[in-house]
Amino acid sequence: MTYKTAFTAAALALCTAAAHAQEAPGIDERVNDAFAAATGPFVGFIFSSLPGTDFPWIVLWLVIAASVFTIYFGFIQIRAFVHSIQLVKGDYSDPDDAGEVSHFQALTTALSGTVGLGNIAGVAVAVGIGGPGATFWMILAGLLGMASKFTECTLGVKYRNEYPDGTVSGGPMYYMKKGFAERNLPGGGFLAILFSIFCILGALGGGNMFQANQAHAQIIGVTGDYPGWITGTVMALVVFAVIVGGIKSIARVTEKVVPFMGVLYVGAALVILLINFDQIGWAFGEIFRGAFTDTGIVGGAIGALIQGFRRAAFSNEAGVGSAAIAHSAVRTKEPVTEGFVSLLEPFIDTVVICTMTALVITISGQLMIDAETGNYLISEGAIQTVGGTSGVALTSAAFESAFSWFPYVLVIAVILFAFSTMISWSYYGLKAWTYMFGEGKAKELIFKVIFCLFVIVGAAAELDAVIGFSDAAIFSMALVNILALYFLMPVVRRELRSYQERLKSGEIKKFIH
Amino acid sequence: MSAKIVVGLDGGGSGNRAVDYAKKLAGQIGSCELILVYVIEWSPFTFQTPEENEERHKRREEEISAAQSRIIQPALGRLADEGIPIRGLVKHGDVAETLDRVAKQEKADQIVVARTSETGMIRRIFGSSTANLVMHSTVPVTVVG
Repeated sequence: MTYKTAFTAAALALCTAAAHAQEAPGIDERVNDAFAAATGPFVGFIFSSLPGTDFPWIVLWLVIAASVFTIYFGFIQIRAFVHSIQLVKGDYSDPDDAGEVSHFQALTTALSGTVGLGNIAGVAVAVGIGGPGATFWMILAGLLGMASKFTECTLGVKYRNEYPDGTVSGGPMYYMKKGFAERNLPGGGFLAILFSIFCILGALGGGNMFQANQAHAQIIGVTGDYPGWITGTVMALVVFAVIVGGIKSIARVTEKVVPFMGVLYVGAALVILLINFDQIGWAFGEIFRGAFTDTGIVGGAIGALIQGFRRAAFSNEAGVGSAAIAHSAVRTKEPVTEGFVSLLEPFIDTVVICTMTALVITISGQLMIDAETGNYLISEGAIQTVGGTSGVALTSAAFESAFSWFPYVLVIAVILFAFSTMISWSYYGLKAWTYMFGEGKAKELIFKVIFCLFVIVGAAAELDAVIGFSDAAIFSMALVNILALYFLMPVVRRELRSYQERLKSGEIKKFIH
Repeated sequence: MSAKIVVGLDGGGSGNRAVDYAKKLAGQIGSCELILVYVIEWSPFTFQTPEENEERHKRREEEISAAQSRIIQPALGRLADEGIPIRGLVKHGDVAETLDRVAKQEKADQIVVARTSETGMIRRIFGSSTANLVMHSTVPVTVVG
């Protein structure tokens, strides 16, 4: 089947499904019920608490890993920060390698997969449930996560596959298999398959359904309510056109517009913070108060910590392994340089952009405080908001309180962010898919069609079911990936030491002074 | 010691004028090597999709071989019978910066380029590579009209 006929057939199938759905009202609920029932046990397992506490073990797993890497590599995120920026600027790039993927390009490609709804909607979820205190833990998780990212991306480049035709494939599945074999450790192949399965689920969950869901929520916030499958079908068709139809121009346009939307978003947040300059001190006060004391939110300070860590992991994906796939395309003789560059990612994503969102939400006064006790008002497990909003709608309301037109800008930003994240994750998912099933047009087409169908499911399903599954799928990737990182971290340390010695001796030198 | 001249090609008619002028110069100097350089405009600071990154190395090789066969080889062919020592290079990067860098690396005595054909809006917004080269070059530059 050629691409063109496949494209037409699938488009027809989608339209028929949509038309059929129109005749049967309540398809949203049916999709949602089926979805919640199918994913419930999996989500339950991933987020089960440590015995005797309500602390999810998976969150602890991530934080411990990030702390271990931070200590093992001697606070690399602080020591290498300036050097990382020099690498991105191209100070150490050999001009004779011009035309290859640069550090800047690898970083921005990876960033366009992570900066997105996690920063807008995810933060609102964290702050809406965990209060402003969640921001503190989010920033801390972002700072620690820089070390996890450093570790995984160094390995991603070191153990990638380079094919005779000049293309490359890399990512956790490759370092699991090749790295374990090199160190004579058993189980690398098994971990690689397990990771690939979770990566496919993560691509369909956080990288797809969560995006479609929140994009739909944002659109109805402006247009008024209508069924989610309509948004889903339209988005699915556009995604289909890009990843199956090969209409690269849409992807290229998105890749170029998204950075500007990011700048616009941060710019708007900065303006709001400047206008409310006098409240920034108070907002940070709230962040610290919520981080260490009970402000009435569910679970108290621990509840804030859990929400903060959860959302940070979902937003910057440190330890998840996805960035290792994106970064492995860079052309460098030193894998560790890509590790340095990648550690800027959680910094930009979480420490800068997420904090902006959290500050704007806090300052906007959307979160309702009991005037007498100073505690947050709680209903159904979340903090009451002025308009009863949650997720991306809360962020939108917060920005709207300063700029009445902002929801319109945010709709465009959210759709574009959602779209670019979907494109990035369709690539990550596809890499895992081809790792398991081999490369080939027919095999790739199957994954791509499944991916598009999940866009519709994501837009139609209720937020809780989708977020639960998105988190569970992404965190399961981290489960396997971090295990592998523990076994392979001595390899990274060897690379790091050798690089640092050569940098010191002048063997590795700047090309631009 | 023989002289060296770096000649910037642009894949069009103006590049040929630069080559012809450099040939004349070489003839006058007597012992002179010509280095023909074609620069593929490229910036490390663009935004790319994951697929574009994955295929970048392959595309780069393809771009270089296409430039070799379409631009460098015909230009070398034009000078084959002149008995002048001659080489051709294809590079990626900013045109002005790259020509200057090659000239410095090769310890060339001068760079010969043609007046570029960009006009109107485009030149107003982006400037011209030739003008940039003249402004920033560390090696003497001759611009052929």
